[in-house]
Amino acid sequence: MIALIDYHAGNLTSVRKALASIGAEVVVPSAPADLADAAGVIVPGVGHFGATRALAGAWTEAILERVGEGRPLLGICLGMQWLYEGSDEAADVPGLGLLTGCCYRLSGDVKVPHVGWNSLSIEQNTSIVDGVAPGSQVYFTHSYVGPVNGDTIAVTEHGETFAAIVQRGHVAGVQFHPEKSGEVGLRILRNFMELVA
Amino acid sequence: MLSKRIIACLDVRNGQVVKGINFEGLRSAGDPAELARRYNVEGIDELVILDITATIEARRALADTISRVARELFIPLAVGGGIRSEADAAAAVDAGADKVSLNTAALADPALITAVATRYGSQAVVVAIDAKRESAGSERFAVYARSGSTSAGRDAVEWAREAETRGAGEILLTSIDRDGTRAGFDCALTAAVSSAVSIPVIASGGAGGLDDFVDVFTAGRADAALAASIFHYAETSVRVLKQHLQQRGIPVRL
Repeated sequence: MIALIDYHAGNLTSVRKALASIGAEVVVPSAPADLADAAGVIVPGVGHFGATRALAGAWTEAILERVGEGRPLLGICLGMQWLYEGSDEAADVPGLGLLTGCCYRLSGDVKVPHVGWNSLSIEQNTSIVDGVAPGSQVYFTHSYVGPVNGDTIAVTEHGETFAAIVQRGHVAGVQFHPEKSGEVGLRILRNFMELVA
Repeated sequence: MLSKRIIACLDVRNGQVVKGINFEGLRSAGDPAELARRYNVEGIDELVILDITATIEARRALADTISRVARELFIPLAVGGGIRSEADAAAAVDAGADKVSLNTAALADPALITAVATRYGSQAVVVAIDAKRESAGSERFAVYARSGSTSAGRDAVEWAREAETRGAGEILLTSIDRDGTRAGFDCALTAAVSSAVSIPVIASGGAGGLDDFVDVFTAGRADAALAASIFHYAETSVRVLKQHLQQRGIPVRL
């Protein structure tokens, strides 16, 4: 059973639907205590980093406890940014701090937000990108990005190079929307479910 | 590099896909879920369901259409047509829409853009602008409401800027002059709006041949292009279109 965290940062319908299509059993816990039985945790989310303030305190503690027990965690879009130490978008709101660095706004001679299909350059072959062909395209919609570091598995280019997929052991994150990225996205969700199994 | 998106629009009336010319004269083009599946296989980047009925009974049928289309589809899905309130937007999102497209209601009450963006995020809000040249050859474009029937008394470029400021995540820009004519997109209109905003602009209205798409992505500076009839009647396959664009040096998802 996967716990999908709803902290009112966007609608979860598409994520739930995609997880159901690959046979994942999903619950949306109503309180942090309900995370106790979760085999894995997914933190989705779109929008402003300030929305993650709703995860401060008990939710953060419960999620870190599960991670400490070795249960897999996947952050999607804003949920991935939350894995870092924080974001310039809401400097007073700390992130989970599992990844080093802070998220920052895209710049360069390109349109921001970055909306649409863009390609993945895979830098490290880890379990989360198993079976994902280099250059595969996935669907992004965001203005802020996480820095490239040793945990970066794949990067994407939009005005600059940023972290598109991160993984450190059983903690992973994707800046794009796997639930909206066709077969490639479903493959990445399946790869995460393999970590859970 | 960010790909230029090809978007298929399903104009839906009473649960069936229909398509008219210059916003009038409709003919049927099939079942929306079936068309959506076909487009997905062909490599469409995104789908728009545009409800053109807007009676109470048909609106309930719309939710059913959205959820049928969304069930097996893992690409972005936008829904528009007759979304007049936050509650209408919520109904579309709950049925499975990733984005809602606001048009007449946003013109009447621009605060609706902000309300929906606050609730679901800007990425979920598309402001649809139906624009028409003020006169033949004019480089000024007037906005029309109510499916192109009523002048909104606004300039298209200024309205696009305001929509962005109020929280729109994308602009869906339709040329009323070109809609359904297959005479090519209105590149001057598209470039004027695309240059004025930093959010993506989806060009719509007038798609005929493959080179019309090349033109709108280059001269028109469009981020995405939307078409309906040329895909519905299988005159142009999405894949052939994308291969053509790639040969012309335009980045696409293949």
